[in-house]
Amino acid sequence: MIPLEHFLVLGALLFAISVVGIFMNRKNLIVLLMAIELMLLAVNMNFIAFSHARGDLSGQVFVFFILTVAAAESAIGLAILVALFRNLRSIHVDDLGSLKG
Amino acid sequence: MDLPLILFWFYGSVLLASALAVVLVRNPVHAALFLVLAFFSAAALWILLYAEFLALTLVLVYVGAVMVLFLFVVMMLDINLERLREGFWKSLPLALLVGVLMAAEMVALVLRGGGPGPAPAVPAGSNTRALGEVIYTDYVFPFEIAAVILLVAIVAAIALTLRQRKETKYQDPGRQLAVHAGDRLKIVKMAPETTVRRAGEGAE
Repeated sequence: MIPLEHFLVLGALLFAISVVGIFMNRKNLIVLLMAIELMLLAVNMNFIAFSHARGDLSGQVFVFFILTVAAAESAIGLAILVALFRNLRSIHVDDLGSLKG
Repeated sequence: MDLPLILFWFYGSVLLASALAVVLVRNPVHAALFLVLAFFSAAALWILLYAEFLALTLVLVYVGAVMVLFLFVVMMLDINLERLREGFWKSLPLALLVGVLMAAEMVALVLRGGGPGPAPAVPAGSNTRALGEVIYTDYVFPFEIAAVILLVAIVAAIALTLRQRKETKYQDPGRQLAVHAGDRLKIVKMAPETTVRRAGEGAE
């Protein structure tokens, strides 16, 4: 069978790739959201691998809730993106300085 | 090398390659499609881990709903790709440094952390049934909170994107219901009119 470490290393590499994506796509809000989805996928992979290795279903229940919250998060994020694009005609991160923070 | 291990290497490499493509390709539509491929490979890997219900949920919910939403939004927005890509390769050294460091740390931690544990038992029976039995008993309250979160997400997404157009005419049901008969038709009493004849019309 497949050892647990294989899945953990896969999750770690996936997480690192999405961190690289967040660093490189700092201007592009859409790809930023996609990189966050990839991060959540990496975390879910670890949860399911541990759940299988330990024979405990709680990990899978947690993944279920993560999927729910991630779906809600991306729906709201995309709605914010659409509202932003209507007002600014752009989704460039540098244009979003109206709060002057 | 048995079949599950071969499948793991295949789906794992497809997953990593498509994840790299998501963050590197130029066109956001292509990035969304590569993300679909990544989710499919991850679902296959979860089936290798006997988590069939979550694998199918990933395909249905993510590929079926969330990624279609992503594609809708990406295709709806008219974005200037050139401006979004500026400084993309300039941040490569820092990104690679952080990414490689993070991956190396986590992989080292995983590989040094003790030997292999006891071989996991293949779960008997349906994964969906087992998961349902846990969710509807021990996790009922979190499950209901998850439902409320989804409701809040629906309301928030609609409230954020709904807007009244100025130029369209629409009916306001509240004002329609609030109206009385007296506001619509008013009968006024007035004195009977006296006909005034002009000089020219009198000949008829």
